[in-house]
Amino acid sequence: MARVTAKGLWKTYGDHVVLENVNLDVADREFVTIVGASGCGKTTFLKMLLGIETASRGQLLIDGEPIVPELNADRGIVFQRYSLFPHLTVLQNVLLGLEFERSRLVGRLFGTSRRNAVAQAEKLLESIGLASSRDKYPAQLSGGMQQRLSIAQSVIRRPKILLLDEPFGALDPGITLDLHKLILELWAANEMTIFMITHDIKESFQLGTRLLVFDKVRHDPQAPDRYGARVTYDLKLKGHKERALAVEALPA
Amino acid sequence: MLGALPFIILAFVYVIASNLRFAENPDDKLLPTPSVIADTVKQYSIEEDRRSGEILLWLDSWASLERIAIALAISAAIGLVFGVATGVIPLIRATLAPFVAALSMIPPLAILPILFIVMGLGEVAKITLIVIGITPVIIRDLALRAGELPSEQLIKAQTLGASTWQLIIRVVLPQIWPRLIDSLRLTLGSAWLFLIAAEAIASTEGLGYRIFLVRRYLAMDVILPYVVWITVLAFTMDWLLKWIRSRACPWIEIGMAR
Repeated sequence: MARVTAKGLWKTYGDHVVLENVNLDVADREFVTIVGASGCGKTTFLKMLLGIETASRGQLLIDGEPIVPELNADRGIVFQRYSLFPHLTVLQNVLLGLEFERSRLVGRLFGTSRRNAVAQAEKLLESIGLASSRDKYPAQLSGGMQQRLSIAQSVIRRPKILLLDEPFGALDPGITLDLHKLILELWAANEMTIFMITHDIKESFQLGTRLLVFDKVRHDPQAPDRYGARVTYDLKLKGHKERALAVEALPA
Repeated sequence: MLGALPFIILAFVYVIASNLRFAENPDDKLLPTPSVIADTVKQYSIEEDRRSGEILLWLDSWASLERIAIALAISAAIGLVFGVATGVIPLIRATLAPFVAALSMIPPLAILPILFIVMGLGEVAKITLIVIGITPVIIRDLALRAGELPSEQLIKAQTLGASTWQLIIRVVLPQIWPRLIDSLRLTLGSAWLFLIAAEAIASTEGLGYRIFLVRRYLAMDVILPYVVWITVLAFTMDWLLKWIRSRACPWIEIGMAR
């Protein structure tokens, strides 16, 4: 369960208003895509959901509770780059979340518990088509493979909310389609609410069950930081199933 | 192969110069001929010393290597703990970074007398000099490297449920290891400098001690081979560290190749 509610949410840095009066109610297991011009507070909003930025005014609630302002395994994130661990192999990258969870002291698993975790990680790698690369290091993978791995890495901890910050922004269009399929499959298989920032309008319509547009409504040419962005469009898109089918039908 | 050329030329020039000087003055001390050097090397490396009954080169090498190895190990350990802590934990960085920065500016040789006064003339003072000389550099280097890890990585690890401790031992330390080895390689030169300085002033054996002892007799036939030997030792240590790095961190080489 992860229902996300924003009530009169503001984010300011001194005189610089980034977000003004954002109101939202996102149901559990929605796939929210977020678009908007650069500097419109999309990433700030994501960071607030993540817990590394706090609201200046208003409230951000998860399941009715104010968000915990710290990073934890409830909320996973996939960045555009740099979110893999270069010193770990593909398998170890996926295993890491389980090791953090099950071995508080040394962060490593041994014996039976390790075998169980490896089996779980291998099953996930199998399902995302990375099983044959399990012993490679991230630097040996293509950009698309790296993002696949980064998503899998987050999903193995079964976060309630998965945040994606332009995850496919640096990839070729052909590869992106494969990843769209992957993310929808994982979304269907793991009960999570997804927030995804993207610059690709088409992508935002294809993937989301709900589309948010962040934009500034008011402008003061003398003081560009005076007004912040708000949610200017909040579109309910087609149902999960229909859209999943639509993506299925996309040319691979 | 081409890399050997300068060495060959240097040796060649030396042989010619020493022969010229020998022709002029058979008692020349400054550039002893290769045969004189060979005799001395044999005397120092195979024959027992008449007074102490020890083979001097090995006695000296062992004493110096022991000091430098202990000092490097201590420096690496301190550097790792404080470097990672200052690099990763903001509170510790705010507390320690200015102090370490100031500490690293103290010329270690200037406090050598203090060390001798406080710790006596034994091994501890010499090892401490090396440690004081190179540890601040290692700490600052590692703190910088730890600070350079992409914040995305650290955030990601925490969203995978990592505590600060788990973050350090599973994400930061493994990526800092190779940098620690690089740091040691870079500070190796300073470490030898401080070792020889300490040995020159107060010691009863050691490579630096021997060089400064025989200096009084202008014994270039001892000094020159000792300098070459020290260079060989330092070079070997450097090579060993490099080898350890490539064996322990295969992912680095893979990252570089791309």
